[in-house]
Amino acid sequence: MYQHTRLTNNNFTFFQKFRNFDYILLICILLLGFISLATMYSTDGGKILFHTKSHFIKLMVFTMMMLFISFINIKFWFSIGYLSYIVVVSLLVWTYFFGITSSGSKRWMDLYFINLQPSELMKIFIILCLAKYFHRMKLENVNSVYTILTSLIIILLPMGLVIVQPDLGTSVLIAVSGVAVLWFAGINHKYFIYTMLGFVISLPFVIAFLKPYQKLRVLTFLNPDKDPLGAGYQIIQSKIAVGSGGIFGKGFLKGTQSYLEFLPEKHTDFIFTLFSEEFGFVGSVVLLVIYIIIIYRIIAIGANSRSYFAKLFCYGFGAAIFVFITINMSMVLGLLPIVGSPLPIMSYGGSSMLATMIGFGIVMSARVHSQQLIA
Amino acid sequence: MINSSSDNVKKLNSINRRMFITGSLKFFIMVGIISRLFFLQVKENKKYLTLSDKNRIREWKLAPVRGEFHDYFGNVIAGNFEAYQLHVIPEQVENFKYVIYRLKDLLELSDTEFKKVLKKKKESKPWETLIVSNNLSWEKFSKINNHLYDLNGVKPVISISRNYPFNENFTHVIGYVSQANEQDIENTELIKKNFVPGLKVGKIGLEKSFEEKLIGTNDIERYEVNAYGRRISQLEFQKGKKGQTLKLTVDTEIQKLANELLKDKAGSICVMDIFTGEVIAMHSSPSFDPNLFVFGISQDNWQIIRNDPMKPLLNKTLQGRYSPGSTLKPIVALSALENGIINTNFTVRCTGKTELYDQTYHCWKKEGHGYVSLRNAMKMSCDTYFYEIARKLGVDKLSETAKKFGLGKKVFDNLFEIEKDGLIPNTQWKKNALGKGWLLGETIITGIGQGYIQTTPIQLCLMTAQIANGGYKIYPKIVIDDKDKIKPSDYYTPLYKNSRNIKIIQDAMFGSTNEVMGTSYRSRIDNPKYQFAGKTGTAQVKKITERERELDLKTSEIPYEQRDHALYIAYGPYVNPRYALSIVVEHGGNGSTTAAPMAKRLFKLIIDRHEMRQSINQKKYLEI
Repeated sequence: MYQHTRLTNNNFTFFQKFRNFDYILLICILLLGFISLATMYSTDGGKILFHTKSHFIKLMVFTMMMLFISFINIKFWFSIGYLSYIVVVSLLVWTYFFGITSSGSKRWMDLYFINLQPSELMKIFIILCLAKYFHRMKLENVNSVYTILTSLIIILLPMGLVIVQPDLGTSVLIAVSGVAVLWFAGINHKYFIYTMLGFVISLPFVIAFLKPYQKLRVLTFLNPDKDPLGAGYQIIQSKIAVGSGGIFGKGFLKGTQSYLEFLPEKHTDFIFTLFSEEFGFVGSVVLLVIYIIIIYRIIAIGANSRSYFAKLFCYGFGAAIFVFITINMSMVLGLLPIVGSPLPIMSYGGSSMLATMIGFGIVMSARVHSQQLIA
Repeated sequence: MINSSSDNVKKLNSINRRMFITGSLKFFIMVGIISRLFFLQVKENKKYLTLSDKNRIREWKLAPVRGEFHDYFGNVIAGNFEAYQLHVIPEQVENFKYVIYRLKDLLELSDTEFKKVLKKKKESKPWETLIVSNNLSWEKFSKINNHLYDLNGVKPVISISRNYPFNENFTHVIGYVSQANEQDIENTELIKKNFVPGLKVGKIGLEKSFEEKLIGTNDIERYEVNAYGRRISQLEFQKGKKGQTLKLTVDTEIQKLANELLKDKAGSICVMDIFTGEVIAMHSSPSFDPNLFVFGISQDNWQIIRNDPMKPLLNKTLQGRYSPGSTLKPIVALSALENGIINTNFTVRCTGKTELYDQTYHCWKKEGHGYVSLRNAMKMSCDTYFYEIARKLGVDKLSETAKKFGLGKKVFDNLFEIEKDGLIPNTQWKKNALGKGWLLGETIITGIGQGYIQTTPIQLCLMTAQIANGGYKIYPKIVIDDKDKIKPSDYYTPLYKNSRNIKIIQDAMFGSTNEVMGTSYRSRIDNPKYQFAGKTGTAQVKKITERERELDLKTSEIPYEQRDHALYIAYGPYVNPRYALSIVVEHGGNGSTTAAPMAKRLFKLIIDRHEMRQSINQKKYLEI
């Protein structure tokens, strides 16, 4: 008890904090950043062009930001849990009214120096918000109707705002992030099973309500060869690229599918396809291992945190990152229909990287302040 | 505090339990993703690698270089030349409109040509080559080269194309090439295999018959292309094989003389080696320039050729079916001798006409020939004599001999798909084809080569050759094919029952040409080196009415289409003969005045060139 009070004094020196860093996680993140940079260089056709430069700058800035966040006490992040959620929700509302329309959906807000996609940030801040919500709650209250309703509203509000953009993929990922926290917070597993069953049963009705392009994606996923040059093109070309990579890949900068522009969206959602084509099965497994180590470290940090909030955030974030990775990979490997979902850190796109780096930063902060108790 | 800490412990237990469940779930999902990667990248790798190559590698075939035709002396009679072409790649042109109008001015393109180019441009992708002009004159080509500085993206190109240096001389032998159409591609597997846009294939003649030997194989360029079909880099260039060069038996000089002799006339000349069956010349007149067809014939030129009343498109040597007229008489006489109907002493009195079966049959000479024997009847071409022996012989025996000597049957088998059979009638044929019985009067006129009987000029030539060589079977050929040295088993088998009979006919033909009163006496050559023996023929194209007979019009007074065909068959030199020929001049009037003089000029040249021909032949054997 004594020790606790001493540590809660929160008087770590800068060097002490430095020593508390999780270096394995840091190295893995930096390694991932390096790999993503090399891959981006390949998408630019082996030249340092716009995407490479921009990705490099974002990596530098956001890594610095992550380090900065990790020095800030986890208590601070706890304290801004609700506020940040409200801010992001208002950004979403702003976007709904004043956002930039691009390729048919209103997802971005113009910040003059950068175009921000608030829905990406929501993927992280919903975890923060719900982690705070459940932090003080007693276990017997967790399954009360009031709690469940409140948490559902917390999830459904941003989801609805993102669906109207329209951006089904991101809204599903936001929901997944939120539901992961609910799961760890101890909501009765029956609810999850019932919801799952309900979802499966209502699936045909949901499909009936989907927009035509979304329906097409689902149908294409079920049978991509039906329209190989139209809707099925992306998934067929992606599978060809991955499959032709073989065990050791075609070699760096030698991925013909991407180099000759057969691959669509190779900078963003299909970056793994390009990587897999050039580095083969071995390279892909190495990349997966790096991701697995990252997720493992995040969970380990959660497990070693004294505060319930930090634990909940780390577990939730670890699960969310895992889902982001698996959904993206399953999509490019033809296991899931095409939904817009970037691969964390690897994919080009500032908002996604910003959100992910904030998440890493908070996790790192939880590690640095692992003995911090939150009242 | 205690309360809250026990709650904390519960909460921790709950979260850790759930973390464990989540962790296991994650493990299975990861295993799933890795197995999917393994399935795609290791197990199915080959399939996807093939698909990826299919995506990125595209082949471009270039037109193969066509084999040539050489004459007997190695002169190129159908070769390849470098055509000057103008290509434009629209995407490399900054201002397409400016360039294309500039080109229109420089090339003096007509509006229709210009519209065609614009239409082609619309139909192709901007990086695909647009052929503005496919056969430019040197003047225009160099003019363009001088203006290249302001014609960005315009490429002067030299491409290889068919050329017929002797223009109309060989058209009916070798035919011509033109752009392959759908039918050509469907019918010939090799054309399908080697097809490239603009590929030229044989449309008729030997060019068509030997398509598979001539076509050669494509050069193949393999390029890496991007998703939009743009070429990125060349991966491979595979040189194709030039088509096989075919050597013909024809002699260009003699062919040219044949063309010259038949100038402004419709008809045919063919010359054959009587021992080897080699065709020395084979010309059908009028002819046309095959070079016109190579890049597609213009509508105007096509209409001129198509509407010519002398029918240049018809190969008269192989397709023209003519009544042989008196040129059949050697066969009629031979048949009568062979069948023992007559001997050389058999005589007939000719009074100018004869009444048989209530019908009057006229001899060409109104006042008659008096008493004529076989030799004189041949020499003076007495019709009455042949009416009489045909009557005694009967059409069935006559047709048997005629067929044996090559009449009424394709000479080249399937070499020329246009070749016609002709017709040698007999009683059986008439019953089958017309369903009527044979009339004796029909036998009578068959005896002078009129009536149902129809022969092609090449058949007449073969018949003459087989009489000239002493009555032995030969197989005519026009392409020297070294692989095909094996002769048919019945080569040189005798066609006669008694070789003396052949001698009698040969002697009679000699008389016809070289003795006073002979029908072609005026065309004789006294020098034994060139001396030849022949038989004239004049084939009626319509029945002569009594009134016309009384009028006795001169040829020039009769309308062109009603004039008689003039025919002549001959062989020479008379001592040690070597060559036979047949001449047909459509509506030429009279065999002795129109056709026979041509033979005189031909034999001079043929025999002058004989030694040269022999020396080539010997060289060939020496090399082996």
